[in-house]
Amino acid sequence: MTATTPAIYFDNNATTQVAPEVVAAMLPYFSEQFGNPSSLHQFGNRVGQAIQHARTQVQALLGAEHDSEIIFTSCGTESDTTAMLSALKVQPERREIITTAVEHPAVLALCQQLAKEGYTVHYLPVDQRGRLDLATYAQLLSERVAVVSVMWANNETGTLFPVERMAELAKAAGVLFHTDAVQAVGKIPLDLKYSAIDMLSLSGHKLHAPKGIGVLYLRRNTRFRPLLRGGHQERGRRAGTENSAAIVALGTACAMALDALEHEQTAVRALRDRLEQGLLAAVPNCFVTGDPDHRLPNTCNIAFEYIEGEAILLLLNKLGIAASSGSACTSGSLEPSHVMRAMGIPYTAAHGTIRFSLSRYNTAEEVERVIEAVPPIVAQLRRLSPYWGETGPIVDPQQAFAPTYA
Amino acid sequence: MWDYSETVQEHFFSPRNAGAVKDANAVGEVGSLSCGDALRLTLKVDPATDTILAAGFQTFGCGSAIASSSALTEIITGMTLDQALQVSNQDIADYLDGLPPEKMHCSVMGREALQAAVANYRGEVWSDNHEEGALVCKCFAVDEKLIENTIRANNLKTVEEVVNYTKAGGGCSACHEGVEEILSRVLGESGHSFAPSAGTTPLPVKAGRPRLTTVERIRRIETVLDSVRPTLQRDHGDIELVDVEGRQVYVKLRGACVGCQMAAVTLDGIQTQISEALGEFVRVIPAEARARHSASAASESHVACA
Ligand SMILES: Cc1ncc(COP(=O)(O)O)c(C=O)c1O
Ligand code: FES
Repeated sequence: MTATTPAIYFDNNATTQVAPEVVAAMLPYFSEQFGNPSSLHQFGNRVGQAIQHARTQVQALLGAEHDSEIIFTSCGTESDTTAMLSALKVQPERREIITTAVEHPAVLALCQQLAKEGYTVHYLPVDQRGRLDLATYAQLLSERVAVVSVMWANNETGTLFPVERMAELAKAAGVLFHTDAVQAVGKIPLDLKYSAIDMLSLSGHKLHAPKGIGVLYLRRNTRFRPLLRGGHQERGRRAGTENSAAIVALGTACAMALDALEHEQTAVRALRDRLEQGLLAAVPNCFVTGDPDHRLPNTCNIAFEYIEGEAILLLLNKLGIAASSGSACTSGSLEPSHVMRAMGIPYTAAHGTIRFSLSRYNTAEEVERVIEAVPPIVAQLRRLSPYWGETGPIVDPQQAFAPTYA
Repeated sequence: MWDYSETVQEHFFSPRNAGAVKDANAVGEVGSLSCGDALRLTLKVDPATDTILAAGFQTFGCGSAIASSSALTEIITGMTLDQALQVSNQDIADYLDGLPPEKMHCSVMGREALQAAVANYRGEVWSDNHEEGALVCKCFAVDEKLIENTIRANNLKTVEEVVNYTKAGGGCSACHEGVEEILSRVLGESGHSFAPSAGTTPLPVKAGRPRLTTVERIRRIETVLDSVRPTLQRDHGDIELVDVEGRQVYVKLRGACVGCQMAAVTLDGIQTQISEALGEFVRVIPAEARARHSASAASESHVACA
């Protein structure tokens, strides 16, 4: 990274910068507004009111019917875990779970653990474009199923699942429905009061609030058992003294996200589309993964064939460009991401997938810089690749490069 | 922290009629030290007219217990006993500009003390049929005893029935776990078991999306647009329906509306009206925005935004 070119952050699905307005809103809650919201005195009282205000700001972004449906938690992962375990606890006789093969580890790893504990987990497969088959799903719904957990938007490809339709099917079958909407909230319009969704998870740090604050939306009258018991915070549904500064921050971030939704759908989408078309036009042998027609407006995941993602990221990073290959959580593993494998992306391409995820803080100029930066990087790495010949890919890569190990 | 109204605070900081009335001829006592709430109400009643000449209270209790007692004495002074007996706990709460739901039982205590005092004056025995248990539902201040007794008396079997009979659980629903526990216990005593319905609840009627045909939807959307058109035309603008795609309604703003500061506000308003007319949530989007999605023109792509 040279000193003259400012860094470009295209990794907003991993986390986002905290909006300056959000920082300003939360700061007083570290200093003069330090009270415990449960306290009777004025120190606590004002904090209690600020939390209440934040709750209504979250409610507005989600389109929830009641503000008491908003439960503040410590992160998206806690919300996911609380929702799933609660659904199992209230219906001990139901021993099945339906989820998808492409969930975030927050849901996937929990399901794997539950499978070890004796639950039957159905992982809905996806097709090459990351789409679910609703007929398969409908067939699995039964009175044996305790909960369905399906993400609203995929963190790697941005693919949107038809969760509203799926929730209606679940409701008709009398099955609880949870959605991990961590990537969707703030990027697409939501109106939960008109949906059949019982529980929804969101995480502050994906929408310009700080890390370590999340929300579980719990539709009124949904049977529930808390994960954390203790004090009466959050109406006894999530004990633990409130993270008041972060809650105030999340409220502000939600209000800003609501204001910026239109911008997200138009301007951010246009930036993403320009980036995608620019890269596809400039680089041979690459393609968009996921379902481009049903996708978050900010996300673009491109598979650059015959080269490896981490190498691309390192070279991009040298130019001050931050992107990511698959989920940040899957890095460190040598396997291509579970999402790419679930879509059946060939190994020669799955290893070279790069996710660019934008936010409203990105600019057209940054997009142009990335469009210029990527092609030489890809060309440089392909020159090193055993799967790439003088002018293009080797016809049968398995044949061309079949190393024998000693 | 409880959200006390100004009036509650005022009555707490400067309570009226605190202390016992001299020459009282009616005394009512409710609550007990062990419940953390106790109230002694003393009245001086004119035997000729049965009018309350003076009322005084002594309270052991929280801020709203003191304020409720103070309010009660103010309300009933000058009333006849029969009039005073008509005073409900809601009247006391209203007099105080409302009490937090968690504190409604404080006003209940005031009314009971009054009933006890009147019984005492009339030489009757007042029995406290309101045996207070732990508060289960904070939204409606319903305690365990009441829920338990109501379940027994009416053979209740579900949370929904408990809500209907006692109101407990009819608000935020956070107390449903507690209500389920009481149901399990009471039903268990008679050899039955509590059979909860599935975790998910039926959709409220209004959320059920009517499935209108496309033609019907478009017709309703046009009706809404026709109704707002005169207002727009007065400001030399106009609006036109371009396309309906699932829940996206694309419109074109014309004339003075284009780029006007109010465009977003106008669209929001129209969106609400269309959503209501269709009974489903739709998003109203300027058609230019869609054009921009498909065209990849970078030039117009970035609009400064917070
Ligand atoms: C889809 C999805 N679910 C859950 C999470 C976890 O959220 P958190 O980091 O707040 O626990 C993330 C983010 O990493 C995510 O992308
Ligand atoms: S506490 Fe009972 S409904 Fe809210």
